[in-house]
Amino acid sequence: MTGTELLAISGVTKAYPGVVANSDVSFQIAEGEIHALLGENGAGKSTLVKMIYGLVKPDAGTMRFRGQSYQPTEPRQARATGVAMVFQHFSLFEALNVAENVALGMENPPPMRELSSRIKAVSQEYGLPLDPGRMVGDLSAGERQRVEIIRCLLQDPKLLIMDEPTSVLTPQEVEILFKTLRKLASEGTAILYISHKLEEIRTLCDEATILRRGKVVATCTPRERTAREMAELMVGATLTPPARNAKAKGAVALQVTGLSVASPIPFGTSLKDIGFSVARGEVLGIAGVAGNGQDELLLALSGEVRTARDTVKIDGAGMGDKGPNDRRAAGLVSAPEERLGHAAAPDMSLVENALLSGAVRKGLVSGGFIDWAKTAAFAAGIVKDFDVRTPGTHVAARALSGGNLQKFVVGRELSQAPGVIVINQPTWGVDAAAAAAIRQAILDRAAEGAAVVVISQDLDELLEIADNFAALNEGRLTAPRPVQGLTIDEIGLMMGGAHGMEVAHHGA
Amino acid sequence: MDIGGINPAILIASLMVASVPIMLAAIGELVVEKAGVLNLGVEGMMIIGAICGFVLAVYSGSAVMGFVGGALGGAVLSLVFGLLTQFMLTNQVATGLALTLFGQGLSSMIGQGYNGIKPPATTALPLGPLAEIPVLGTILFRHDWMVYTSILIIAAVWAVLKYTRTGLILRAVGESHDAAHALGYKVVRIRIFAILFGGAMAGLGGAYVSLVRVPQWTDGITAGAGWIALAIVVFASWRPWRVLIGAYLFGGITVLQLNLQAAGAAIPVEYLSMSPYLITILVLVIMSSGRGKAALNAPAALGQNFHASR
Repeated sequence: MTGTELLAISGVTKAYPGVVANSDVSFQIAEGEIHALLGENGAGKSTLVKMIYGLVKPDAGTMRFRGQSYQPTEPRQARATGVAMVFQHFSLFEALNVAENVALGMENPPPMRELSSRIKAVSQEYGLPLDPGRMVGDLSAGERQRVEIIRCLLQDPKLLIMDEPTSVLTPQEVEILFKTLRKLASEGTAILYISHKLEEIRTLCDEATILRRGKVVATCTPRERTAREMAELMVGATLTPPARNAKAKGAVALQVTGLSVASPIPFGTSLKDIGFSVARGEVLGIAGVAGNGQDELLLALSGEVRTARDTVKIDGAGMGDKGPNDRRAAGLVSAPEERLGHAAAPDMSLVENALLSGAVRKGLVSGGFIDWAKTAAFAAGIVKDFDVRTPGTHVAARALSGGNLQKFVVGRELSQAPGVIVINQPTWGVDAAAAAAIRQAILDRAAEGAAVVVISQDLDELLEIADNFAALNEGRLTAPRPVQGLTIDEIGLMMGGAHGMEVAHHGA
Repeated sequence: MDIGGINPAILIASLMVASVPIMLAAIGELVVEKAGVLNLGVEGMMIIGAICGFVLAVYSGSAVMGFVGGALGGAVLSLVFGLLTQFMLTNQVATGLALTLFGQGLSSMIGQGYNGIKPPATTALPLGPLAEIPVLGTILFRHDWMVYTSILIIAAVWAVLKYTRTGLILRAVGESHDAAHALGYKVVRIRIFAILFGGAMAGLGGAYVSLVRVPQWTDGITAGAGWIALAIVVFASWRPWRVLIGAYLFGGITVLQLNLQAAGAAIPVEYLSMSPYLITILVLVIMSSGRGKAALNAPAALGQNFHASR
């Protein structure tokens, strides 16, 4: 697999005020090699590839491309050299069509008509069907990624950089992507693959460079290592998976029947006839690709969107027409996905944010007056119990890092002795150690007798903590099934399969 | 031929003239907004264009020089807005409003001593036999050259936005500056050029008011035309040819109310004078009510400041 050297990076360093993003990073990629760049959030992966793509200038260090000195000052130069990049987000224009989006990423695009036919040709060749005339805003996440990949392929790249490409795909879509990448590699294109999903890296990549806090801590051949070994290299500590106690299930605490809601969000997905029930002590995991009704389901369960009285029952009492505070009083707490602006008010202090959701269940308000002493104690308790790293409870929510704020908002809900917990994306953007702590806390509450609904796009997470598994697909929920005995293939089909990818002449 | 004391051919001909200032200012603002910038200082840039054009035309004795001066004046003022919003990241709405107030004050100061002077005339384009065609000749072929130029500018903006790479990049910047930046486009530079174009067009429109429509200098000569131009951009849902339609519509109402007054209609003058503004409000309410298709055509990054953080 090791051909001639394509890109060599040596001693690259980049510092931002207060953080060293990359420190003395060196590695090589050979032609036709699929090279993994592995690391946790904030390990410096993104900064490193931005330097290779010419978006960021390194402070020190050198790069060589095919033996020549390579110092791109802007992406244009990188593209001219033969480096192409598929971004994690931020690089498509929703109101423009596929061909226009592709043209924007090319140096010298041919006239639109010719470009359209080339897009069709290349997309068929690589099994990624695309209609050049469609608006990108109407495409699914998987289709959008195809646009980015096609955009790169049309430039005949020597090195293709992919930043977390599978986070928005169903397992079947991942399979198709990997097939495309292997075909590319066999044609001599090197691929730099950034991810923190270890199993994927083990199946796809030839070599791996592992980054931790901006430094290269190890290089390895992923096929020869276990996922666990690589995870420990990545985190730098021994990981303990959450402990789950076998527990007896209690009575049904949350019962949802025939829940249909029009989405209050522009471009949102309406919920269609959703029904499930969760017993005390049970964790129901709800999977699905983003934008299939997750946000709407949380709104309907938390009470932000009201429905008919008997569609949502908490402990047998109809609550569908009640708002969030009534539902909190009845024992249902919820933590939405968006931390800043939905779960927490960005410019208010942690104490004030603790009050906003804890007032009802913790009795922090009496006769219209706030008991600040009690509220401050409540907030301090959350900070202590959930290991929130903050200078104090007086700081604004916006000042906390994403992971710390997530620990705070999840901790705030879990500290209210809830009977029913609804959480959307509990560990989104949180590092591995904190994620393990949050999952453990969720399991502990379930063990104490809470009914838990976890909505997540992270399948590994759901399989780890859930007892039963269901998937949201275009606003419909599949029937929940026990996690034990469920295969990845079955899960993929529950999530909607490959979203029409198997149709050969899609949209043509 | 006359209906209620109004000759339709002359009415249409005069509405074409009346709508030139708002059409020019609106097409300029359309380009600015397509690049994702909301410049509410159109009124200020127009009135600066009006006085700069007037002064230059009086000194040079040439109407053409006057229009050049108007465009330059508007562009220079818009550069103030560009520097503040694109480099110092000030709030676009507040900066735009301040620009209008500043422009009105500055124009009034420059205009001291220019009251009562007559500027050189802007000549009609000699179209020979075409102008002799009955009715059609009156409507279409007896105008000054700026009327035709303004329509050509609309066509040019439409073609550039739709068919050229420059237009595509401009639209891309207005849709998502983060994505454009990630692909290596110079967001701030592109926006500054768009703002300059918008300023020049507003200045050109202003110069048309002081050199052709009125033609003399008085304080506050543009009288809210800049605000109507802003409304037309929304009314047109950011499409160039609809700017033309919108401008003719609003220009038509203005001309109609003047004609009705002259014809001695039984409606009080005040109601007629306020009618263009009332209809502007009405149209805006209708356009933006319900998340119709028109509302969805707004550039996604409109009014958001861009800062390349990493």
